[in-house]
Amino acid sequence: MSDIGYLDGKVPTGPIDEKWTSHKFNMKLVNPANKRRYDIIVVGTGLAGASAAASLGELGYNVKVFTFHDSPRRAHSIAAQGGINAAKNYKNDGDSVYRLFYDTVKGGDFRAREGNVYRLAEVSVDIIDQCAGQGVPFAREYSGLLDNRSFGGAQVSRTFYARGQTGQQLLLGAYQALARQIRAGSCTLYNRTEMLDLVVKDGTARGIVVRDLLTGEVTSHSAHAVVLATGGYGNVFYLSTNAKGSNTTATWRAHKRGALYANPCYTQIHPTCIPASDDFQSKLTLMSESLRNDGRIWVPKNPADTRSPDQIPEADRDYYLERRYPAFGNLVPRDVASRNAKTQIDEGRGVGPMKNGVYLDFGDAINRVGPQVIKERYDNLFEMYERITDEDPYKVPMRIYPAVHYTMGGLWVDYNLMSNIPGLYVLGEANFSDHGANRLGASALMQGLADGYFVLPYTIGDYLAGMLGEKPLDTSDPAFKQSEAEISDQVKRLLSSRGKQTVDQLYRKMGVDVVWAKCGMARNAAGLEQAISDIRAIRDEFWSDINITDQSQTMNQSLEKAMRVSDFIDLAELMCKDALHREESCGGHFREEYQTPDGEALRNDDQFAYVGAWQWTGESGQQKLHKEELAFENVKLAQRSYK
Amino acid sequence: MRITLKVWRQDGPTSPGAFETYDVPGVSPDMSFLEMLDVVNDRLTLDGKRPIVFEHDCREGICGSCGMMINGVPHGPEKGTATCQLHMRKFHDGDQIVVEPWRAAAFPVIRDVAVDRSAFDRIIEAGGYISTPTGAAPDANLTLIPKPVADAAMDAAACIGCGACVAACPNSAAQLFTSAKLAHLNLLPQGQAERWARTEAMVETMEEFFGSCTNHGECREACPKEISIDFIAMMNRDYVKSKRKNRKLLSQIR
Ligand SMILES: Cc1cc2nc3c(=O)[nH]c(=O)nc-3n(C[C@H](O)[C@H](O)[C@H](O)COP(=O)(O)OP(=O)(O)OC[C@H]3O[C@@H](n4cnc5c(N)ncnc54)[C@H](O)[C@@H]3O)c2cc1C
Ligand code: FES
Repeated sequence: MSDIGYLDGKVPTGPIDEKWTSHKFNMKLVNPANKRRYDIIVVGTGLAGASAAASLGELGYNVKVFTFHDSPRRAHSIAAQGGINAAKNYKNDGDSVYRLFYDTVKGGDFRAREGNVYRLAEVSVDIIDQCAGQGVPFAREYSGLLDNRSFGGAQVSRTFYARGQTGQQLLLGAYQALARQIRAGSCTLYNRTEMLDLVVKDGTARGIVVRDLLTGEVTSHSAHAVVLATGGYGNVFYLSTNAKGSNTTATWRAHKRGALYANPCYTQIHPTCIPASDDFQSKLTLMSESLRNDGRIWVPKNPADTRSPDQIPEADRDYYLERRYPAFGNLVPRDVASRNAKTQIDEGRGVGPMKNGVYLDFGDAINRVGPQVIKERYDNLFEMYERITDEDPYKVPMRIYPAVHYTMGGLWVDYNLMSNIPGLYVLGEANFSDHGANRLGASALMQGLADGYFVLPYTIGDYLAGMLGEKPLDTSDPAFKQSEAEISDQVKRLLSSRGKQTVDQLYRKMGVDVVWAKCGMARNAAGLEQAISDIRAIRDEFWSDINITDQSQTMNQSLEKAMRVSDFIDLAELMCKDALHREESCGGHFREEYQTPDGEALRNDDQFAYVGAWQWTGESGQQKLHKEELAFENVKLAQRSYK
Repeated sequence: MRITLKVWRQDGPTSPGAFETYDVPGVSPDMSFLEMLDVVNDRLTLDGKRPIVFEHDCREGICGSCGMMINGVPHGPEKGTATCQLHMRKFHDGDQIVVEPWRAAAFPVIRDVAVDRSAFDRIIEAGGYISTPTGAAPDANLTLIPKPVADAAMDAAACIGCGACVAACPNSAAQLFTSAKLAHLNLLPQGQAERWARTEAMVETMEEFFGSCTNHGECREACPKEISIDFIAMMNRDYVKSKRKNRKLLSQIR
């Protein structure tokens, strides 16, 4: 593999706790009066995009904000439940910036960039102040002080929350800050507008091409810099906990214009979701991880056991997590819990009508502390479960199964959150930056807001300062016109599809039968090779056999979905390629060939302690690998153990 | 289960609309209402017909995208439940189910059952925020907020902006939506500095788009988050007061 390129993450030199401070001082500034001479495009209004746009608008830049949603408030971030981490140490329980940094590097299974993670921990404390100032109604103690809870992978209480709706409240805070800037005229909102291309000229990002989802009109927008905050790609699996509209189109099309896609095989599977009930299932619902504090996970020992759970005596049950991991029991980390559930189901011991779940049983806890206490702790979750399954978890054990829920991979960015294309920045779940191979609970909200409120507003100035007096590329430039024409052609081609399958049928086949089956919780070389050839066949079917009956250029959801699925197909192929090349197991990436004798993930630090970033070379699946070597100067490389 | 679906089909904002009826066999009681529509749409597509346009995203009752009149009731028969959280087991074999868009002048139909709710964004832009420039906030624990106050603010802030309140109201009023945001911000200590300006601006922007409230209370019945109608009373009091306060503030500036 002689054609491998090496990447520089541009992490500043110096001690870890001084890097960001000295970098902030060393960066160039744009003087306040000059800021209005710069145009910035922000795509996405989730936590990352809305916080960035609002902050840039306040600084005085001209900001154009794009979302395919009808309102910024609908972004997928709205659905986050559990909470947001910050190293405030309000509990005096030994938390610190350094500890949050340490937990995140270790939780990420040593595949994240130390410098970025430290900065994330550092600014986490400012996020809570900022959000509280905006009126985010965080949970309080009777004293009036902020309350905290603890989350997996940490031994301190550092998670701030607003009931079970933390994402909603944080997003409303950022959306309202953005609304204020829209009112002030510094930000212009383009809602129901989907970015379909990035325009690059002379190696620099110049703008985007978008389609108005109400009129079908394809137009161009140019700027001095483009910021993508378009979320994760978990929906490549078809079934996930992500909102139905979440997709990879913006990042994928930027990839096709030269942006490197990093670590796409790092995807996170959450162990406690409600299993699919039938073949019509359209998405999966997350049940909070906190349930594992009181619920005991088990399956019947005998796969042929058809008795109802209350009829199965203790002797015939296998509490497999408690048996295999006596120290952590039901509280092992997400990846370990998920993989073990898969093994049980693969070996035929799954429960429920489709034999696709394991029991999460509250019987013992209810006997121990009484139903009232359990109700206080989990009532909203129990109610949600009953609403979906029509079963009462106070009486019948819950059935749970792992589901895709977050993607650690994304577009490659340097320490400044700039991609390898000058002028293109990537924030939030859309970038690959801070979580390595596995993300800790309550850290995605933290990262999105860190990027948008506290990192980008500094780093983008350093880039823009050098462009004073330059005009953005005119949208009549051939670079824009050519891209507009390509998009119009794609729309035309899709609208003339007259095959025998709906987009959803094919999408489900790819996501569930191929990507989830072969590049999901456990992967192996043979399966991944098979998956790649299956995906290629599905791509051919997509372009020859789908049927789009809605011919309209106005709001046309079949067309929107078809465009997104076409990009998911290409991404799926790259994911499998990345998973195949990474011959080790780490975090969310488990290769069956690389495990310890007792079945745990086995990293290979000598060969794989790097970020794998892929460059488009003109044809799907032919990407070229670039490596960014990861140096661990502060946290010692170690194998995780939960026995 | 087998149901009969009567759906409002309208090709665009200015085209005439009409109901179309579909026979839907093979419905599983475990399907969500939107999954039932997915199935109908797949069947329509395979029959060479145009699928039904309806908005949705999270399918967990939090984003506020979904929303349709189901048998004349916003979000359908189950109380405190958004359309996406409704399951087919709440209906019976043989039922006829009528599906229509929200009907309100401020929410024009875009296509089929999808409507334009951006008037809500205009109300928020008018003042639904606390001005806190990034980086300017003091330490979060410097401002103590009594738990009951934080809880009440959270009760109001739980609004998902779906528009069911407007759809349910005989006058198409947006009082419940507007008052929920005002209560969230006006209850908190951080929200006091802008309280009177915010109240006046948001109420007056609301009145530009929406009808007026005559205390029917239908909004609260339809709200998937069961937001309390008491917030409307609070908004009305604050609005009257804001008129006085804002005048006084102006005279001081002069
Ligand atoms: C069920 C669930 C629960 C979660 N709970 C937690 C939690 O408790 N704590 C935690 O830290 N994390 C949690 N997460 C993860 C977290 O919610 C997400 O990682 C985070 O919100 C992503 O934010 P974002 O701003 O990067 O992207 P998003 O919120 O996904 O926003 C993407 C934005 O980009 C826009 N967009 C995308 N593509 C285009 C395009 N082509 N053109 C125009 N606009 C486009 C969309 O309209 C949207 O505005 C949870 C995730 C799930 C699924
Ligand atoms: S789809 Fe989000 S609330 Fe129903």
